[in-house]
Parts: sequence; C-alpha cells; structure tokens
Amino acid sequence: MSTATQTPAAPRSTAPSGIPFSRLLQVEFRKSWDTKASFWLLFALGAVVVAAEFIAAIVLAVNGDGDTTVDLGTFAGVAGFVCELMLPVVAILLVTSEWTQRTAMVTFALEPRRDRVITAKLGVALIWTLVTVVFALVMGVLFNLFYGAVGGSVTWTGGAGVVGFVIVQCALMLIGFAWAALVLNTPAAIVIYYAFWFAVPTILGIGNALIGWFDSFSRWIFFQQATGPLYDGFWNMSAGEWGHLIVAVLIWLGAPLLLGLRRISRAEVK
Amino acid sequence: MIKVEGLTRVYGAYTAVDDVTFTCEPGRVTGFLGPNGAGKSTTMRIMVGLTPPTKGRTTIKGVDYHDLPNPGRTVGVLLDASAQHGGRTGREVLTLSAMTMGLPSSRVDEMLQLVSLSPSEAKRRVKNYSLGMKQRLGIANALLGDPEILILDEPANGLDPAGIRWMRGLLKSYADRGGTVLLSSHLLHEVEMIADEMILIGRGKILAQGDRAALLSHNTKVETLATSLDNDGLSAALSAKGIPVVPAGEGLRITAEPVEVGRTAVEHHIVLTDLRSGDGGLEELFLQLTADTQREGVVA
Ligand SMILES: Nc1ncnc2c1ncn2[C@@H]1O[C@H](COP(=O)(O)OP(=O)(O)OP(=O)(O)O)[C@@H](O)[C@H]1O
Ligand SMILES: [Mg+2]
Repeated sequence: MSTATQTPAAPRSTAPSGIPFSRLLQVEFRKSWDTKASFWLLFALGAVVVAAEFIAAIVLAVNGDGDTTVDLGTFAGVAGFVCELMLPVVAILLVTSEWTQRTAMVTFALEPRRDRVITAKLGVALIWTLVTVVFALVMGVLFNLFYGAVGGSVTWTGGAGVVGFVIVQCALMLIGFAWAALVLNTPAAIVIYYAFWFAVPTILGIGNALIGWFDSFSRWIFFQQATGPLYDGFWNMSAGEWGHLIVAVLIWLGAPLLLGLRRISRAEVK
Repeated sequence: MIKVEGLTRVYGAYTAVDDVTFTCEPGRVTGFLGPNGAGKSTTMRIMVGLTPPTKGRTTIKGVDYHDLPNPGRTVGVLLDASAQHGGRTGREVLTLSAMTMGLPSSRVDEMLQLVSLSPSEAKRRVKNYSLGMKQRLGIANALLGDPEILILDEPANGLDPAGIRWMRGLLKSYADRGGTVLLSSHLLHEVEMIADEMILIGRGKILAQGDRAALLSHNTKVETLATSLDNDGLSAALSAKGIPVVPAGEGLRITAEPVEVGRTAVEHHIVLTDLRSGDGGLEELFLQLTADTQREGVVA
C-alpha cells in the first residue's frame, strides 16, 4: 500500500452541537438493511408475505367455489402468521447484532447516551413493523379485489380485525426487541420468542385442560388469549379484558424491556 | 486535554486498574506503556464511557465523556479494530460514523485516501480485510470527525513497517498542531519513537511517568557488562574489592561503573574484550519496573 502524504485538517477547538434524534434514527435505519444478512431477511419477509397471500387466494378460489366470503381480515390474517414469525427476528437482530459483531463499541463511543440509541432502534423496529403491516394490508386489498374479480364473494368489513392485527404485530415485535435487549444474544432471544409464541400457549392450554383453577390464573399471562379481544375492536373490550391484556403485556413486554434497557445502559461494552 | 483522577476498576476480586492518575496535555503524544493485561485497554474504555469505573473519574477538556454533545467530533477513538460488522464494507462503516457525526460523505473519501485504502478495497466487506487493513479502517474512523483528541489502543498493531512510519508521522504532526494524542502499546520501541511523555503501567498501577529524561533518572542502578580473556580472574579481583559480580552469558554483570571495572582489569593485567554500561536505557527500566508484573518472571 502506498502511503498518502496528505494529513487531516488542523484539529479544531469549536464546540460541536449535539446529535439530533432524527439523525440517530436515520443511522439505525440504515444499519437495519445495510448488511447482506439483514437485507435478505427483510426481502424474505416481503417475499413470504406475497407467497402466503397467493397460496391463500388459490386455496380459497379452488375450495370455496366462490361461496366463502372474504373480508379485509382474511388476507391480513394470512400475512399476520408470517409477520408473527419474522418481524420479531428483525427486531431482535437490530439489538443483538451490535453485541455479536461488537459494533456497540463504536456506536456507544459516538453516542454515549445509550438510551437514545436504543430508542432509535425501537423506532426503526416500529417503522419496519408498520411498513410490513401496511404492505400486508395492501396485499390483502389486492387479493380481495382479485378474489372478487374471479367471482368470489367479498365484503369490505373487518376493520376492527385490521386494527387489532396492527396492534398485536407491534406488540409482538416489541416483545422480541425487549427479550433481545435483556439477553443480548441472537439465538437465545429467538428461542425465547418462539417458546413464548408456540410453547407457552400449549403448556397453558394443557394446564387449563387438566387443572380446574388454572384458567383463572393463566388468563393473566396467556398472551394470545389476552390479545384475542383486540381483533373485535379495542373499543369493545370490557374492564376485565383490559386487565388481562395489561398484565400480560407488562409481563411479556414491560418487564424484559425495562430490565433490558437497564442492562444495556450499565453494561460494559468490549 | 485528558485528565484521569484516581481511576480504579475492580472485576470481582481482581483490581484491573488501581488508583490511576495522569494527564495528557495538548500538543503532546502520550504513550501508555505496559505488559499484557496491565490495564491499558480497560483504562481507555473507561475514558470513553464504555466501561463504568469503580472509583475515580476521567474528563475530556474538563467534562465527562457522557456530557460531550457529539463526542466523535472532539475525541477520535480506536479501541479494537476488529470490533466491526464483518458484513459491512469499509466504506459503509465510515459512512455510518460520518452520518452519526453529521459529516458529509466527502469526508469518508478523504479518510479512505488518508489511510491508503483504495476504492476497490473500500468496497470489500470487513470480514475479508487483513489485520492491517482493519487497523487502517479503524484509524480512519477515529480521524473522521477531525477531533482534537485521539485515544488509540495499540494503533500500530498489524501495520506494515511503512504503515507504522506513516502513522508515527501522522500522530506527531497531529500533536504539533495542538492535538492531544494518547496511544497505548506493550512495545517500548514503538512508543519511545513518538511519545513526548510516557506512562508506565503494570498490574493496574502506574509505575512511572514523565518524559524520557525524567524516566531515565529513575534508573539509579549502576551496572556494567564486561567480557575478558580471563573472566574468572576478573571476577575474583572485583569480588576482592567487595564489588558484586554475577556471570551473564559469555561475560560478567557487575554492579559498578565501567571505569571501576576497567581499572581493576588494568591492575590485574586482564585483557577486556567488551566493556559497556549495562543500564540498558528505557528498556532496562521498563523491564525492571515491570519485573514483578511480567509473565516471564524475573528478568534482571
Ligand atoms: N470483565 C472482566 N472480568 C475479569 N477480568 C477482566 C475483565 N476485563 C478485563 N479484565 C482483566 O483486567 C486486566 C487488564 O486488562 P486490559 O485489557 O486492560 O489489559 P491491557 O493492558 O490492555 O493488555 P494488552 O497489552 O494485552 O492489551 C486483565 O488481567 C484482564 O484479564
Ligand atoms: Mg489491550
């Protein structure tokens, strides 16, 4: 390598101004797609949503003979299954890759107010959730139109389900984010999330079936059950339902997020 | 200016940094020198807020690192060149830092050129970089914000001889223009050549600090290395005068001025084939001071 003769400009002594939050958001957003791995994860997310919708449309068209009525929620629900699996992984990687790749050393040296960086990451995770959800809904509308065009019966209702869908997707993504902040390890965070999403409901279901009083306990921690009423419109929820929802969210999202933020702000970065 | 006051960091029962106090002045290159595991990196991590101290504090231009509004524009930091996302290109790494600091992307090109990373190398992913290329990228990253203070942990690590010389010049001129430079190393020769000021650390404690002359004045040990055609005779003659002598390699290590050894040789008609002062300069001092903290045990 030849060695440049040029030297940097003389060191300044004027006080620079702070880093605005919008800039941190921009940087974190860029980090969310600027590596091969993160780019293809996002690409796969979109591709799988389209593929799932397509398959659902074909199944409906073949099986339903036009008898099955689809509404806005039908196709959104199909996309939802994909989002539930993949969006939290996107959120998890936003946090854990700083630790596994050790880039946190540079990130936090440039912005030592770590909570601002984490908040920016949270913002980016929300942006991607909303982008995916909107994408899924647009796909839903398109497939609704397509299904109607091939002679299926379509209604344009199901708005409450859509609102519930958006809220639940955001919450699930945040749960992935929160556990990632707590364990700071990619595989561990993914395992915890999938355990939460697949194993916990099964275990609670078995408990409910076998033990009489278990149900009155499990409804406070059964996330899928507690979020169920959201799909009928949160404006229709009873006080009891709100109570179960709030407690479940505090347990699965609030506690790990709080502990995780505390851990990150105190951790030694090396 | 960097100020470190009474800095202590404890890991469990182990004190990695023990009541360390020093100052790095503007316009000077300060070398932070110590054997492996002495606590150099730990001290530097504390300086930039990556490791919380157990006791004591560090300030940059009088304020806590956490209170610098846009620290990258004031302090250039290189702690570990391998701490980069392997999947990003070199240019992308610098672009992210430049964005965070609010710098134009032209600054990225300037820095790539400064550290001699070619455009095609800048497009490669960091995981495919050689050690020296990563180091150059790290140096570019530290210089990006045009900071007045540089904190570099073993910056010469992995650089080729031309690269080391280039870096030496770069840091010297940086300090000459009023910048503050702190760099660590476990290699004395590397630091000796550029540092105006040296801080010796061993097992977390500061052993000595000051410029070259001040450090050498620490070395009160008078020693001579001599080889003669009759080492046994010389040894016996010196011992008779009450001067301690120990065999060292082909010759003798004598606790006395060379002139005294020469005189004794003449008196006893012994032919000297080699006679020199054994204080060994800074290296001897370094080894002496860190003798009990060296992994290789007693060296002197
Ligand atoms: N998290 C930790 N837990 C326990 N001990 C630690 C921890 N971090 C550092 N240490 C210890 O602190 C000591 C100082 O380490 P440090 O990395 O600062 O040394 P160094 O002077 O940079 O050495 P080198 O020249 O090899 O880079 C070492 O003995 C190390 O093992
Ligand atoms: Mg070190």
